[in-house]
Amino acid sequence: MRPTPFAAVFIGVTALSLAFLLLPIVAIFAELSLSELLDGLTSEVALDALRVTAETNLVAMALILVFGTPTAYLLATKRFRGRALLVTVVELPLVLPPAVAGLGLLAAFGRLGLLGSRLDALGLQIGLGTKTAVVLAITFVASPFYVRTAIAAFDAVDADLIAASRTLGAGPARTFGRVALPLASGGLGAGLALAFARGLGEFGATIMFAGSLQGVTQTLSLAVYQEFDIDFDTALAIGALLVIASALVLFAAKLIPAWTRSDSTSITGSAPSVSR
Amino acid sequence: MDTLRLHLDHGLRTFRLALELEIGAETVALVGPSGAGKSSVLRAVAGLLRPERGVVALGMERWLDTSRGIDLPPERRRVGLVFQEYALFPHLDVHGNVAFGARDHRVVPELLERLRITGLARARPNELSGGERQRVALARALAREPDVLLLDEPLSALDAHTRGTVRAELHELLVGLRMPTLLVTHDFEDAATLADRVGVLVEGRVLQLGTPQELVGAPSDPFVASFTGANLLLGVAGPGRDGLTEVALDGGGVVWTTDSGRGRVAVAVYPWEVSLSRDAPDDSAVNHVRAPVASLVSLGNRVRVRVGPLTAEVTAASARRLRLGEGEVVVASFKATGSRLLPFA
Repeated sequence: MRPTPFAAVFIGVTALSLAFLLLPIVAIFAELSLSELLDGLTSEVALDALRVTAETNLVAMALILVFGTPTAYLLATKRFRGRALLVTVVELPLVLPPAVAGLGLLAAFGRLGLLGSRLDALGLQIGLGTKTAVVLAITFVASPFYVRTAIAAFDAVDADLIAASRTLGAGPARTFGRVALPLASGGLGAGLALAFARGLGEFGATIMFAGSLQGVTQTLSLAVYQEFDIDFDTALAIGALLVIASALVLFAAKLIPAWTRSDSTSITGSAPSVSR
Repeated sequence: MDTLRLHLDHGLRTFRLALELEIGAETVALVGPSGAGKSSVLRAVAGLLRPERGVVALGMERWLDTSRGIDLPPERRRVGLVFQEYALFPHLDVHGNVAFGARDHRVVPELLERLRITGLARARPNELSGGERQRVALARALAREPDVLLLDEPLSALDAHTRGTVRAELHELLVGLRMPTLLVTHDFEDAATLADRVGVLVEGRVLQLGTPQELVGAPSDPFVASFTGANLLLGVAGPGRDGLTEVALDGGGVVWTTDSGRGRVAVAVYPWEVSLSRDAPDDSAVNHVRAPVASLVSLGNRVRVRVGPLTAEVTAASARRLRLGEGEVVVASFKATGSRLLPFA
């Protein structure tokens, strides 16, 4: 059967879109032989960058979880004046140019920044050339990906289940731990995966705030930029690694909610009765 | 056993919820149309809704007293609340649900046994039928060893097929518990079966509170009468022959009743007080309505027949004997003593 002209146009446009999106990714792999890929990945620059990326992202994701989860729960469950404004604040890094984010972090935490002298007095140096700066940059730009998804996940927990937990003697803390958190866990996992994907690719804020110091602040993305001028094959190899890692994280973000999805208890779906 | 006392005054969307109620070791049902404020009453007792003014007390213990600034959170009120759609925790199995609120875990197997869900202990809520979910929800609420039981539309989530059985089981359980129990439902028949006393709640007010027999036998208000299933015939009452009250119906025709009244009234007649025949019978019934049969609904061994403004309930055997069919003209009769006269504003 021949497709209608309407369907033919839409199929054609979709194919072009997908080709446009896939071509650069395919090109990265096409430019490299397997041995070049392995050489690139085992170079000192790449290994250092991999270590820095893993360390800083691990700490940043932990910070996002610890601070983002209570924030999201509060914003999802409480209705108060100014809530919309707070949600906007949480989402702001999403639309802020990363370079501006880096500039802001520098102005706030850098040596000459707002808190710089006070942090200095405490013996904390956060500015250029420190791993802490990389962690803060990643945390700043990646947190909205987690918090937004987490707000939606907590919001989707049936209010009756929370009420049921309370009437069954569980206080707010136990209700959070035993009902809200397990039921939102799929969404929280997906949100964290998205934040991690963003953290892996973080470039602008990091280079502005932390600089690109091999073995200390140079993450994979920064290494790609540096090797671009020095050794193009290494840049391509690291790029290939980032493509694979990002794709895996994105898949995880899509799969996690499906793994943990628990069906609602409402009768509307007309549950089959257990035959015995 | 302590008495639950509640006094609530709270503004809902379009009306005020204002009620006072005392519940001893008995089951009280609040029955009314949806949106009458029934669920709000339960939520206020459980501590999930804070009324503008009110008192909720169990014996000497005050759970809520807005004038003294007392408002215990839900977890400190000893209530078992069974939600309308049961609100079982989907991430826990049946055992986990029941054990969630248990203070003493030894009661869990006992309750599973008592509600016949021991075999389902490892099943998830989404694998259960409606009736099974209800038993799990009851077991979960009772595992907390509450002093007050609250049931929100306990039968509405069930299909008609299982409803009758579940209702009988629930009644048996409630009789055995002997604790203050407040249930809300929109179905008078459910309320009458399950509760010792029934209050008709309309727009936040209890129009009448009494045993189901009292509500049916002496409804205080046309709404109560229609809610308990009576036919309502509207008209104007005045003195009639033989000391009866004569009511000129709005839709034409005249009926007589032994109740006294004047002015705008509603005549309440229960379907089981209405008999049907092919011709006007020469018996003790003084009220006759001749009209075609508008509809026939079979309810097991009974048939509900709509004749003009009246609904009659006759046995299936009588319906067959009279060869009732839609459109056939019949005479519906009821006695002057079988009707109640209610002032109608």
